[in-house]
Amino acid sequence: MLFEALTLGLGYNASLVTLGAAALGMAAGVTGTFLYLRKRALVSDAISHATLPGIAAAFMLAVALGGDGRGLPVLLLGSAVSAALGLLAVQWLASRTRLTEDAAIGAVLSVFFGFGVVLLTVIQTLSTGRQAGLEDFLLGATAGMLRSEALLIAVGGLVTLAIVVVLRRPMLMTAFDPSHASAMGVNLTRTDIAMMGLVMAVTVVGLKIVGLILIVALLIIPPVAARFWSDRADRVVLLAGVVGGVAGWVGAAFSATAADLPTGPMIVLAAFALFCLSFLLAPGRGLMAAALRAASFRTRVHLRQGLLAIANDQPIYETLTLRLLARRGLALPDGVPTEAGRAAAARARLDEERWAIVRADPSLELAAARYDGLTPLEDVLTVDQISEIDARRPAPEALA
Amino acid sequence: MAAELQLAAAEGRRVAPGDAETAAFAVRGMTVSYGPKPAVFSVDMTVPEGSMTAVIGPNGAGKSTLLKAALGLQTPLAGRATAFGQPVTDVRDRIAYVPQRASVDWGFPTRVIDVVAMGLYREMGLLGRFGARLKARAADAIARVGMAEFADRQIGQLSGGQQQRVFLARALAQDADLYLLDEPFAGVDAATEKAIIAVLKELKARGKTVVAVHHDLSTVTEYFDRVVLLNVRKIAEGAVGEAFTADTLRAAYGGRLAAADLPGAVHAI
Amino acid sequence: MNGAEFVSLSLPPIVIGVLVAVTCALPGNFLLLRRQALIGDAISHVVLPGIVVGFLLTGAVATWPMLLGASVAAIAAVVLIEAIRRLGQIEAGAAMGVVFTTLFAGGVLLLEQSDTSSVHLDVEHALYGNLESLIWLEATGWSSLADPAALAGLPPELFRIAGAAGLVALLLAVFWRPLKIATFDENYAAALGLPVTAISLGLVIVSAIAAVAAFDAVGSIIVIAMFICPPATARLLTDRLGAQVAWSVALAAIAAVAGFVLAGYGPLWLGGSDAVSAAGMIATVSGVLLGLAALVGPHRRPLAAQP
Ligand SMILES: Nc1ncnc2c1ncn2[C@@H]1O[C@H](COP(=O)(O)OP(=O)(O)OP(=O)(O)O)[C@@H](O)[C@H]1O
Ligand SMILES: [Mg+2]
Repeated sequence: MLFEALTLGLGYNASLVTLGAAALGMAAGVTGTFLYLRKRALVSDAISHATLPGIAAAFMLAVALGGDGRGLPVLLLGSAVSAALGLLAVQWLASRTRLTEDAAIGAVLSVFFGFGVVLLTVIQTLSTGRQAGLEDFLLGATAGMLRSEALLIAVGGLVTLAIVVVLRRPMLMTAFDPSHASAMGVNLTRTDIAMMGLVMAVTVVGLKIVGLILIVALLIIPPVAARFWSDRADRVVLLAGVVGGVAGWVGAAFSATAADLPTGPMIVLAAFALFCLSFLLAPGRGLMAAALRAASFRTRVHLRQGLLAIANDQPIYETLTLRLLARRGLALPDGVPTEAGRAAAARARLDEERWAIVRADPSLELAAARYDGLTPLEDVLTVDQISEIDARRPAPEALA
Repeated sequence: MAAELQLAAAEGRRVAPGDAETAAFAVRGMTVSYGPKPAVFSVDMTVPEGSMTAVIGPNGAGKSTLLKAALGLQTPLAGRATAFGQPVTDVRDRIAYVPQRASVDWGFPTRVIDVVAMGLYREMGLLGRFGARLKARAADAIARVGMAEFADRQIGQLSGGQQQRVFLARALAQDADLYLLDEPFAGVDAATEKAIIAVLKELKARGKTVVAVHHDLSTVTEYFDRVVLLNVRKIAEGAVGEAFTADTLRAAYGGRLAAADLPGAVHAI
Repeated sequence: MNGAEFVSLSLPPIVIGVLVAVTCALPGNFLLLRRQALIGDAISHVVLPGIVVGFLLTGAVATWPMLLGASVAAIAAVVLIEAIRRLGQIEAGAAMGVVFTTLFAGGVLLLEQSDTSSVHLDVEHALYGNLESLIWLEATGWSSLADPAALAGLPPELFRIAGAAGLVALLLAVFWRPLKIATFDENYAAALGLPVTAISLGLVIVSAIAAVAAFDAVGSIIVIAMFICPPATARLLTDRLGAQVAWSVALAAIAAVAGFVLAGYGPLWLGGSDAVSAAGMIATVSGVLLGLAALVGPHRRPLAAQP
């Protein structure tokens, strides 16, 4: 069953939803990366919550004009309008008052959502409102979806994805280094508007699948997960697209296999699973790699400090330093250095003396920048350069 | 001895640290790191009581980090800090810290007098009264930095120099014995700089110990009697006349030092 | 509406609404100044999974296990956010986004999986609560306020939120000074020897208590609005911390009363017949107040633009 779902074997609607979710996930992952790199991840939360009054108002308007109000395109149009208003409100509050952006986001999302709830209760009292089913937009609902709706979502997801692909260059440049982008002729305002437009597109397309409360997850979790794997912005963008696409595909497929597996939460949980994998296992920034590196770093620092203390006949204060020296046979447990310890200490001190010369010499600035107290100079300069530096060292007698 | 100390320091050789037991402030084997590279590596420094010490070094040298780690605001990888022979955490009543001015939000809804009163927290406690005696002390601290008429001002309405004076007043209100200041002269006008240095010199005259992170190499000789040169490692430490030389400066600043930055006093050596 | 009807149908929800608003607005002031305003948002999202787990573990819609579950979830969420932020070096907003959406998704999934349809436990209820239903049937008029037998029939939510309000106010009053110092200048506070990490965690825990107690009575949407809107409005009206907190309390109370009244009577004035969601209306009113302050508040301008 799961296999069929994953390979689009569960019927036309379910397949469309799965495809749409995957395209939406990719578009959301990529768009979300731009937001994340600009440190504005939670703006999307305000945008998505701000869709609710628009959905309700569009329904009421359509009913007032004689329609039944349930047409998905109309509702999505309404949601887009109020999402845009919400975004404008956030930007106005954050730029024209002393409130910070996080406060503006929180205020807008709660007030718009609250007003949306007021409108929903108004709709419930209308005679046509009882079966409006607008609550489905809160958490998404793909069961019993009309074929035309599924088609709309699949097409919407693919179109959004296509726009993202077209606009990736200027957006990437802007997210990475706005002043550089502007110097290269990128129009920052327009790029920002395009980025926010895409966030809105993702939100609106995702409303019916994931729901407005959880859609932010698709914009936030993939970039955060992708960030663990690379420091290069273009790779992060690509990876976030993959993470979002996989989460959309797998989550939607899982959800198609049983009635009590709601699509939105399944997609979010799939994305979270990928996040956890990345958080724990990614080489470089992942938790395990970082922990191992931190432990070895601490060992190197303490050993080096211990050796320098031995070289300078200073007492060693830290018990960890003493333990590490003793374990490597460089000193006895009470801190008295062994033969090997003295030799290593002399080497460490020689290295420090050479480094001091390098760091004082403006012509060696590039090498000096690599000084971290731990890296031996041999790793940075050639043998010839080092002997040139040794020549500049005062003869040992001169110091005595 | 002093000359040897300076030479040794310039060559990156360790100088036997002074006695931490009698020093007003001492750091031993301090290493602090934020990431894969230490910001401060194995630094020792010793500040005698009643002295006025400048901590200098290029941007990113770890000066702020060293002060923060010494005060326990940043967990060091290794090392310890003492004041008056005891761990810093045991003598907080005798230490006043002046953070970098830019480290706080000056839009915070509060007045000058309220900020200065923070310096009296250890005496007031949670619910103690901010009574007449403490109010007088706060007012006195504000007056000493020449801000008496601004006591009721909202802090967001102060100039940079005035904000720095407020920070100093808050430290003065503590009536501490050791003052650790992070760039007290950054971005202030000449009048404020004069006012601040006058206050610091007066503290020294009363036997207090002052340690300040400082940026302006041209005023080191005039303002301070001791220096610590820092660039991840400690480069040199000692009396200004001996440890603050063209050699030690070059060792600390490397390529970042323009010839014009070298103080006249150094050329004379 | 006569006195008896007012006392039994409107007074309890109004009082509860005011208490909820004030309980959330108080810690909200400090969250706002610490740029943690969205912590309130995150906490109120994770209350749902907490309640569901509390329900699943006890198998009954018992108040205390569910409130306990909500509190545990709120604190767990905060710890998770902090862990992801520090260990993964992820920006705070994004870390929040990861955690609260995931926990909320987990809550919805659990809710769908378990047979909770028989009990009154659903997502919409969790979001907008049902303030209007907190009525006092035993009341026969204003005199009931002095009648112990009638008072015993007050909605239990009232006592819980009153207790939470008292606790939050007391804690803020006692820890006002360290909280203020640590909020303004964390480095200096730590140098004074204040336990800044504990203070920051304590503030979040107090916020969680406020959110859970408020949620119990009215659902999460007002909770988020009250954490943020009244303090943000007050921030534009004054530049003294004490005055800001006082203003935020007053604004929260005004929003609660006005929102409830508008929700109940507004539709009637407009010729409708049914009331609209009080929770939603309270949030809306708080937003209108914020909008007004942003337009004309004496201290609304960005700080850089000030003389
Ligand atoms: N909170 C932090 N997280 C990560 N890195 C940091 C942090 N604070 C400082 N650093 C890094 O540590 C190094 C030392 O910083 P520090 O602020 O101590 O330097 P400084 O000597 O005070 O410089 P400045 O003169 O600019 O004030 C710098 O490379 C800086 O980038
Ligand atoms: Mg600094």
